[in-house]
Amino acid sequence: MALSETREGMQQGMQEDSQAADARVGEVVEAATSEFTAQCYALYDAPPLGSLVRCGEREPVFGIVCEASTQSLDPGRHAIPRGEAETREAGVFRSNPQLERLLYTRFRAISVGYRGEDGAIRRYLPPDAPRLYSFVSRCHARELAEFSRPPLEFIPMLLAAQVTAQDDVIASFLRQASAAHPDPYGYLVSAGKSLASALAGQTYRLGDILRRLQ
Amino acid sequence: MNGINGAHPDHSGRGSTDGSADFGGGRQPLGIVTSGSLAEGVHVRLDDGVSTEDVKIGTFVSIQGLQKRFLGVLTEIELASTDDGVAAAPPDMSSPLLAQVMSGTTAYGAITVEPMLTLDVDGHQPAKTIPPHFSRASVASDEDISAVFGDEDAGHFSIGNPMDMDMKLCLDIGELIKRSNGVFGKSGTGKTFLTRLLLIGILQHNAASNLVFDMHGEYGWRGSSEDVNEVKGLKQLFQSRVAVFTLDGESAKRRRVPVDYEISIGCDDIEPEDVAILKDAWGLSDVAADTAYSLRNRFGKQWLTTFLACSGDAFSELAKELSVQHSTLSALRNRLSRLRRFGFTTEGSGESGGRSSVNEILTYLNRGTHVVLEFGRYGNDIDAYLLVANLLTRRIYQRYVEMSEQASGDATQEPRPLVITIEEAHKFLSPSIARNTIFGNIAREMRKYNVTLLVVDQRPSGIDDEVMSQLGTKIACLLDNEKDTDAVLSGVSGSRKLRTVLARLESNRQALVFGHALPMPVVIQTREYGSPQSYRELGFADEAQLRAQAERDVDALFGPAD
Repeated sequence: MALSETREGMQQGMQEDSQAADARVGEVVEAATSEFTAQCYALYDAPPLGSLVRCGEREPVFGIVCEASTQSLDPGRHAIPRGEAETREAGVFRSNPQLERLLYTRFRAISVGYRGEDGAIRRYLPPDAPRLYSFVSRCHARELAEFSRPPLEFIPMLLAAQVTAQDDVIASFLRQASAAHPDPYGYLVSAGKSLASALAGQTYRLGDILRRLQ
Repeated sequence: MNGINGAHPDHSGRGSTDGSADFGGGRQPLGIVTSGSLAEGVHVRLDDGVSTEDVKIGTFVSIQGLQKRFLGVLTEIELASTDDGVAAAPPDMSSPLLAQVMSGTTAYGAITVEPMLTLDVDGHQPAKTIPPHFSRASVASDEDISAVFGDEDAGHFSIGNPMDMDMKLCLDIGELIKRSNGVFGKSGTGKTFLTRLLLIGILQHNAASNLVFDMHGEYGWRGSSEDVNEVKGLKQLFQSRVAVFTLDGESAKRRRVPVDYEISIGCDDIEPEDVAILKDAWGLSDVAADTAYSLRNRFGKQWLTTFLACSGDAFSELAKELSVQHSTLSALRNRLSRLRRFGFTTEGSGESGGRSSVNEILTYLNRGTHVVLEFGRYGNDIDAYLLVANLLTRRIYQRYVEMSEQASGDATQEPRPLVITIEEAHKFLSPSIARNTIFGNIAREMRKYNVTLLVVDQRPSGIDDEVMSQLGTKIACLLDNEKDTDAVLSGVSGSRKLRTVLARLESNRQALVFGHALPMPVVIQTREYGSPQSYRELGFADEAQLRAQAERDVDALFGPAD
């Protein structure tokens, strides 16, 4: 990547720091080399499946959201039905304001790259796992466009991860990334080719993922 | 040349996505080398964006190795897939996205390239190795081609363009005439056209004298083509440098073709070797053909006249004396009597005013004048063609041998190189007679005596293998008979792949050229001939230019007219 492009990326990142607070969704609560789990500040505020998120400040790590869950803070106290008398779902939370504090939403992201100190994006695992309590933010469109530029070298990392709905994650990521590029269809074709190389010998699966993009 | 030295191949393994990217020296990228061998050729995976429809068999391909550039010919195109299941259960291609994603990735095109030459700063050499994995392959550029085949200059003559390239492909005329050559192809594929171009090349470069046995009157005065009704013959183009001889003066007069000399063949000039060459055409047995030698021993030079005059008891006596059956001798006499019915045969030795036809031809040839011998109405009589061509060539051969021996190493005294053009060559060079006829000798060894053949034929499989293997440069138009293809390609390295190329030539104006005068085989689009533009390109002034030149000359001589 050209140096000017790198600098542009850094400046861009700094300018958007102010917006980062808005895009911040939570903090890392579990971290490993290849994935991290973040807990959201607000209930149900997990980024959509396949979203690109960023965590950490120095050499931020990029992850793709592969799973989200909401559960009780106290593992011994399971959620029970509370809205029998309510006519609308929102009424449950209005009538039980404590629920917002007793429940939490977490999401898991597969690490797919990081931004080096020089400002350049690397589409492979960072040398260090994210730190706990690192802030996790949604990536803005320009960052997503920059990270998702084909060829998508990180696809094998996604394919190797232990993820339940792997193909949906990939399809969802490509759908969001295509919207961040000026020619969404052209992007899908070239990104699809990266996917096709990674899925050599799995034509049916490739077709299945691509059908979800339309 | 751009990128020959030090340019490392791009090992990224990724091709251009749109197929339009340029690749060093204006070359159009094709793909990367993925496997292969020297014997089987290298396999190139086509870049994403390069469709199999964009490439053609016979195209020149340039491959940039680590230290050398390779030049080869595309010999095979195939469709491949990373997933064996694709062939058995093709995906639903109604989705345009899926179709676009899969083309060039899961399903891709591949080509096989036969490396022919390696190019470096010292020039080009036959390829003795292959480029390494992942070397970039591209369509050869004009510079690659001209570096290998040379430009049109004093020693090179253009016979057309390499297929799909807008540049001239040149033959080294000096190398061409050093050996016997062949032009092959089915009827109507442009053999005569190519032969005429080769003759023009030899004439223009003044590299040798030509003696053309022009069976159908295509070369001398005017010929015909399928596009233009009438095209100029050698005499019209080269005027006094070409002499037209004929066997049939009457036909020439009818066609109003100016003739320099009318050939006559004396019965005494006909020899048993001439009977041997007519053996197959006449359906004579070996014994009958051999009897001609016995007759010659028995009667001497006038054997034919004496034998044909023999009848009755004398004839039976003769059969007994020669130990042949009466019927065999009778069959021979029947056939030989046909010779006397030709209008060009005369009694005696065929010399008119002390000048024999052979001497006359030799005088012209030694002067550097090219001789086209037209057959007129005998053009359709294969007996006449075989007899005359064989008889004249044998005598010319004898004279050339004498002249070469007299020169005995003194290059200045050596006879001027001679190229003899024969059509229907398989009738002179069939395996049963090639070893005994003069044409077989010339093809095998006459290079020593500065005489070579230009063999034009539509049935190369009928020509003796040994003769075929001695041909230096072969120009093959479309041949669809397997035996003919085998015969033309016998002894050529990579012939199995060239066969695919040869079988897919267009039926007209395309030819595969390979052999001594070219560093590597090449498919050419024959240069145009017959239009005013084509004559100008060959360097001939048209009538308007000639008139203008004449006026300028007159002005220069006598001063401008008032």
